[in-house]
Amino acid sequence: MDHLPALVSEAKAAIAAAEDAQSLDQVRVRFLGKKGEITALLKGLGKLPAEDRPAAGERINEAKQLLQQELDARKQALEQAEMASRLDAERVDVTLPGRGEPGGGLHPITKTLERIEGLFQRIGFDVAVGPEIEDDFHNFEALNIPAHHPARGMADTFYFDAKRLLRTHTSPVQVRTMQSQEPPIRIVCPGRVYRSDSDLTHTPMFHQVEGLLVDEGVSFADLKGTIADFLQAFFERDDLEVRFRPSYFPFTEPSAEVDIQCVMCRGEGCRVCSRSGWLEVMGCGMVHPAVFSHAGVDAERFTGFAFGMGAERLAMLRYGVNDLRLFFDNDLRFLRQFN
Amino acid sequence: MKFSEAWLREWVSPALETQPLADTVTMAGLEVDAVESVGTEFQGVVVAKVIAKAPHPDADKLNVCQVDDGSGDPVQVVCGAPNVAEGQKVPFARVGAVLPDDFKIKKAKLRGVESRGMICSASELGLEEERSAGIHVLPEDAPVGADFRDWMQLDDHTIEVDLTPNRGDCLSVRGMAREVGVLTRERVTAPSVEPVEAETDACFSVSIKVGDRCPRYLGRMLEDVDLTAETPLWMSERLRRSGIRTIDPAVDVTNYVMLELGQPLHAFDRERLTSAIEVRLAADGESLTLLDGQDVALDSETLVIADGSGPLAIAGVMGGVASGVTRDTRHLFIEAAFFTPLAVAGTARRYGLHTDASHRFERGVDPQLVEAAMERATALLISIVGGRPGPVVETGGDRLPPAAHIDLRRERLDACLGVALPADEVEDILARLGINVAVVADGWRVEAPSWRFDIAIEEDLIEELARIHGYNRLPVRRPQARLALAPDHEATQPLGRLRRHLVSRGYQEAITYSFVSPELQAMVTPESVSPELANPISSDMSVMRHSLFPGLLKALMHNLNRQQTRIRLFESGLVFRGALDDLEQPSMLGGAICGSRDVEGWSARRDAFDFFDLKGDVESLIALSGESSRWRFVAEAHPALHPGRCARLYRDDRPVGWIGALHPSLQSQLGIKPEVYLFEIEQAALVAGRVAEFSPLSRFPEVRRDLAFVVEEKASVGSIMETVREQAGEWLTQAQLFDVYQGKGVEPGYKSIALGLTWQHPSRTLNDEEINQLIAAVVEQTQVRFDAVLRS
Repeated sequence: MDHLPALVSEAKAAIAAAEDAQSLDQVRVRFLGKKGEITALLKGLGKLPAEDRPAAGERINEAKQLLQQELDARKQALEQAEMASRLDAERVDVTLPGRGEPGGGLHPITKTLERIEGLFQRIGFDVAVGPEIEDDFHNFEALNIPAHHPARGMADTFYFDAKRLLRTHTSPVQVRTMQSQEPPIRIVCPGRVYRSDSDLTHTPMFHQVEGLLVDEGVSFADLKGTIADFLQAFFERDDLEVRFRPSYFPFTEPSAEVDIQCVMCRGEGCRVCSRSGWLEVMGCGMVHPAVFSHAGVDAERFTGFAFGMGAERLAMLRYGVNDLRLFFDNDLRFLRQFN
Repeated sequence: MKFSEAWLREWVSPALETQPLADTVTMAGLEVDAVESVGTEFQGVVVAKVIAKAPHPDADKLNVCQVDDGSGDPVQVVCGAPNVAEGQKVPFARVGAVLPDDFKIKKAKLRGVESRGMICSASELGLEEERSAGIHVLPEDAPVGADFRDWMQLDDHTIEVDLTPNRGDCLSVRGMAREVGVLTRERVTAPSVEPVEAETDACFSVSIKVGDRCPRYLGRMLEDVDLTAETPLWMSERLRRSGIRTIDPAVDVTNYVMLELGQPLHAFDRERLTSAIEVRLAADGESLTLLDGQDVALDSETLVIADGSGPLAIAGVMGGVASGVTRDTRHLFIEAAFFTPLAVAGTARRYGLHTDASHRFERGVDPQLVEAAMERATALLISIVGGRPGPVVETGGDRLPPAAHIDLRRERLDACLGVALPADEVEDILARLGINVAVVADGWRVEAPSWRFDIAIEEDLIEELARIHGYNRLPVRRPQARLALAPDHEATQPLGRLRRHLVSRGYQEAITYSFVSPELQAMVTPESVSPELANPISSDMSVMRHSLFPGLLKALMHNLNRQQTRIRLFESGLVFRGALDDLEQPSMLGGAICGSRDVEGWSARRDAFDFFDLKGDVESLIALSGESSRWRFVAEAHPALHPGRCARLYRDDRPVGWIGALHPSLQSQLGIKPEVYLFEIEQAALVAGRVAEFSPLSRFPEVRRDLAFVVEEKASVGSIMETVREQAGEWLTQAQLFDVYQGKGVEPGYKSIALGLTWQHPSRTLNDEEINQLIAAVVEQTQVRFDAVLRS
């Protein structure tokens, strides 16, 4: 019994000296194992006088507990050290680029069309589409543009023969919708349109979104409200000034061109707005009764408004693109700017 | 329509500066396109008289002139213009004057002779664009010493208005003045047009054969004219400021009256008319040489002015050379007619012509204008070319279009504008527009003025009221509607989802023209039929695309030519298949890919994109619909694709697209270096999906067995897999191909394929015996059908 303190000291030193889990376990076996030296002391208690046994037992157990705590602590320390070294070894350079496909992007015109469609869909408009090779009736006649109308020039329509052509606007989709559906009608018609014009500011193909709302009691005031809301939402400018200028389209009356305060210079006057402070962005008007009559809508009961805008123009203003033709070159250096 | 501001202000002059005036007009729907100064900036130029001219002692081409500039003493100037002459009135830039482009006039010595100023040409003063041949000679009555700018009224502007086709009534100073008067509430004063008394009885007989197209024709003789006379400066200057060149007095006067009043006129050389004039339709086979020298074959829908010898002019469009006025013409026959818009509409376009006259007649010319225009033209002509007028002879006149009477309903007006305009404002606006108004029970009954061809129905009046009241003063409201849910088809994939799927796999969206080069189309789809444009913008954009491939290839090449090496493009859009009469316009989704499989990187795979990368992309697209099992990839030949690396896509039994490598010969024809892959699939097939349907999860264990077969190299793994699935029984849940191997251990000409088969029964545990039977069936059938040998 007298060598217990020495034994404890020895065990403590051995615990402290153990450098890994295995040698620590050997220390445990040597002192606390079934045949361990401390265990042996407990076994030797029987040889002591009965009155000494409780005190001696208590001392040995204290020593055993103490050593067990030391063992546990050392084990934990060793594990922590091992984890630390493993973590250190597994370190990566987090600044290296990630692996895999970085992803492409949508064409800026698609983004613009989807944005316009989305704004109108949220207030109950459907998206309607139609053919691009159209007939004279749907593209012109039904829109109150008879054959000899001055608004109709061979100059800017692509023809296939006397009656078939590439649609010059997406309005034929409106006609087709009115022919097949009863009011109320709320649609937007996005798509490709074609005009025989090619220079700095015209491409022979471009995109339009036209809209149509037909219902009972629709007025010019509703048109103004819808257009102003739309333009402010599209450009995310609550204070965007919008003005309506009388104009002429055969398919609407009253008709208006819509100008917004220049989004480049905020109306101060710049190259983009030709120093006027205003930008013409769309056309609109109340549906002409002749169009209703061609489409079979009762013009006495229903009224409606229609509007149309060029997606390229809006995309140029929104994203600051300065050359229309870039949209159709499909140069990756251009396209990737919109990803 | 271009006109001079000063000219307009003679008719109506509101207290507005030029720009506010232009803005007022623009905001009323007559869009001012440009306001330009009529002369460029210069100062210090006066009217002077050349009082002496002597040759320069030391220069052949120079003259030494003495000019009287009104300051007292004559001023000596050296002048190089060949046309300078004693007695001329000229614009003279004094020393200290500043000409356009900041050209300062200083005292100078020219070859030793002092020169104190400069006699100016028209181009030096910015009055002509092209360099003038000599100095600008002024009329004799030009006042010496007067400031040239003031005297010429050069502080004037040319205003150009882009008129919409409905506002033909504004194609004159008179029409613009009328509109400005309405907008500004200013009085409009027309210059007085006094009838010119006939001095002779000379008449020329006119008959109208088609009164519905020419309801009214006024003719007048003007005999003994001198067409060598010069058009006065004030007139040529007004014409210039309106964008019209001076030609000869007869043409200039007719142009002037047309600009002033809006009535196109025509002057014939009386001595070149053979007999009485007829206004009739051309007969087939007739032809005419027009004033611009063009020979045209006339069609029977063309209204002509003809005499006994045949057509003289296309009515309301252009006259003919044969009856045209020349410097030698002695007697004029002047025409002032009303041709209906429909009689002229389309005619000019049909002959590829567009004239100031046809532009006006197509849009409608006030039928009441002819007398005033005839008298005005006669008076102006006499003042320039002299002559003795005959009486004005009217033919027709009884078939004028009746004035439109329109009901304007109060209720309709209010409903359309969303506001009730006060009755007195309605009546005031209509009256200002020259519209006769009568109040009736439910609104007004109005009569449209003769010059407004665009006012025929109620909406036309509502538009006029809104326009004059001001669009921007009308109320703003949001439309109201019932909240009705729209149907939504869950099984249908939105196109946007397909697009975004490709985007997330690295594709960049392209938009290419729907018309392509016929040569490229013939290379890509040689047998295809698609519509051709009658009037393409250029030959390489003349045929409608039959496939997305040509446009995608062009976009790919554009990028290859700009040092891009890894390209993944896709496009969605219509293609055009078949002749016009059995045309289909399906929407397609297609792509073009070249370059490395991965983006270049520190741990990227370096190999090139191949067929199975493409197939993986397409399969993942198909999988969006949840209907992959209905699709098949079948080895078939496409002219643009590599025959060994090309598959046609079927959805059920319908062919819906292609995938494959660009054919190597096409690749070299196009000069493309890297291997290119293409795909194109009908959108309708891709978007058709299904609504998911639950099946219960089995609680019993799966059994997996791996099998490896050796088969001939050519054997189709897809077909083998079909056989395996067919033989493996209804509890097979998966058949996974996990290896295809050729090389050591497999005889040349053969390949080894390894499959992992998984079974699971919904309601019990499968036993080995069952599985072994199924495997035996698989092995047997693959052996029978494909000569497959099971590897041990």
